[in-house]
Amino acid sequence: MRALCWVGVNDLKVEQVPDPGILNPKDAIVRVTMSSVCGSDLHLLGGYVPAMREGDIIGHEFMGEVVEVGSEVRKLQRGDRVVVSSVIGCGGCWHCNQGEWSLCDNSNTDAGLLEKAYGYSGAGIFGYSHAFGGYAGSHAEYIRVPYADNGSFKIPEGVKDESALFVSDAFPTGFMAADMCGIQPGDVVAVWGCGGVGQMAIRSAYLLGASRVIAIDRFPERLEIARTIGQAETLNYEEVDVLEMLKEMTGGRGPDRCIDAVGMEAHTTGVEHLYDKAKQMVRLETDRPAVLRQAIMACRKGGTVSIVGVYGGLLDKFPMGAAMNKALTFRMGQMHAQRYIPHLLDIVQRGEVDPSYLLTHRWPLEKGMEGYTMFKKKTDNCMRVVFTPQEA
Amino acid sequence: MAVNQAIASLRRHFLSDQTPATGTAKINVGTTERLLSTAGGALLTYYGIKRGTSPGGVTMATLGGALLFRGATGYCSVNEALGRDTSDHELKPIEITQTFTLFKYRHDVYNFWRHLENLPRFMHHLQKVTQLDSKRSHWEAKIPGGLGTIAWEAEIVDDRPDELISWRSLPGSQIDNSGEVTFIEAPGGKGTEVQATICYRAPIGALGKSVATLLNPALAQMVREDLRRFKQLMESGEIPTIEGQPSGRA
Repeated sequence: MRALCWVGVNDLKVEQVPDPGILNPKDAIVRVTMSSVCGSDLHLLGGYVPAMREGDIIGHEFMGEVVEVGSEVRKLQRGDRVVVSSVIGCGGCWHCNQGEWSLCDNSNTDAGLLEKAYGYSGAGIFGYSHAFGGYAGSHAEYIRVPYADNGSFKIPEGVKDESALFVSDAFPTGFMAADMCGIQPGDVVAVWGCGGVGQMAIRSAYLLGASRVIAIDRFPERLEIARTIGQAETLNYEEVDVLEMLKEMTGGRGPDRCIDAVGMEAHTTGVEHLYDKAKQMVRLETDRPAVLRQAIMACRKGGTVSIVGVYGGLLDKFPMGAAMNKALTFRMGQMHAQRYIPHLLDIVQRGEVDPSYLLTHRWPLEKGMEGYTMFKKKTDNCMRVVFTPQEA
Repeated sequence: MAVNQAIASLRRHFLSDQTPATGTAKINVGTTERLLSTAGGALLTYYGIKRGTSPGGVTMATLGGALLFRGATGYCSVNEALGRDTSDHELKPIEITQTFTLFKYRHDVYNFWRHLENLPRFMHHLQKVTQLDSKRSHWEAKIPGGLGTIAWEAEIVDDRPDELISWRSLPGSQIDNSGEVTFIEAPGGKGTEVQATICYRAPIGALGKSVATLLNPALAQMVREDLRRFKQLMESGEIPTIEGQPSGRA
């Protein structure tokens, strides 16, 4: 089959590779019909996440059709149209049973590696380096899905492919960001980052009872979508002083809940960005936490900072004094997709949210490198490039 | 000079009639060779593993594993349980302890382990365990790198249902090997805490100590990965793998 492989920093190639087969009784093979780029892939591409090996198939946000099931698969059948969680959960450990699927004890095949870096290892993730299990990703004609009964969800009839696709990752990530905020009636929620996850966080914040959502980014077209479809108020951080504006817009209190939907490769203006970029390049810090710093400063006293943007390692100039003395609550994590997906599929089926507006470019795998470059540079109003591996 | 002294000390020990602490050791690899095997094996294995699955790395790890196996054929037993005298400083054992919590009932976890035939399902070097009677069992392990197999007999020394199992190899075995595993109910309904302890006897003297220091992390990681596979198998019904999946490496 054809698969989009990582062959080096900022280098991807479509390679001819063997078709995947069932390796364990709970595996299924899915014929991938749609597979999206994700902001977190950019960290892999840029070399910020180590443990990538030449030839690794990337991609983790996908849907498709079940073509083969292992002997212990109970809920799935050949022909099922499914959306699959990007995070792999075994279903048997204590964390999976708590609904903390991304903290699965067992699905990372090389947990020893992450234990050295983090103390304990979280779940395996498709196409997300050998630190997260080394699983072959979804930018391919077929993919093997381990523990398939837990992570694959049948798409209700009448829901289009492009509406279901983002229930794999972007929607549950955004929803969990809002869920972790513990939104109370009347709350103002600020969302940093208006990419796919940020857009879904905006919608989810309203679903969970926010009275107002303020979205922050620098790309006018993304802010436009946040305003028109997301019903958010928007701030362009290249044009205004975000801290001052947030204070002004909230009666001087600050937003009650702040969501970081950006993560380790944040951009900001001026000297702070140059400082972080320089330290990151010489590996004195691994992550550029500009958004996180700003969220901590902006958040009202006693408020909540919810982090779903991905961080990988160490960061610098973390305003711990502000966080501590303002008694902030921090919630964070990779998303527990299996907990949210059934509910989100209902929401999509009822038409309350149709995430298909995230899809701006629908391309074959062969345009993989071009797709990621465009996605990274946000040219041509790109929000999400979606690959259709069955089309050459 | 220090090396020569250490080797001389090793020779004195093994050539004397003094019975090894566990009483079961059958040393069939020369002392010097064994010492060097262990040191070289540990190094090769450690660096082989560190280099990942590049072809060179695999070869180094395989070769290292084989040497390690030879060098470590002086396992000790769990001294406390067996009432062994550890006052002999030259025989200070390396004790490796690893712990995991399994989200399973203690009774089920104990039963699975007590059925020793199950052990090769998660202990990668073991090929087969056959229970000969309620106490005794026959063990076969493959030497890494397809260099043949090694076999020994073991007996259960202590067996407290749902609590503890300890074992050691029988006199005359090719490998002097022992261990202990305990099962404790975890607080808050989190399942069962499983703690496995394996003892190895380090080579003697100052050099032996540094060899042991080298050896320990690699062996500890091996024990840890065995125990992790036990947890994966018990909790999820299978051991997750990526071996055999496609990649552009081919």
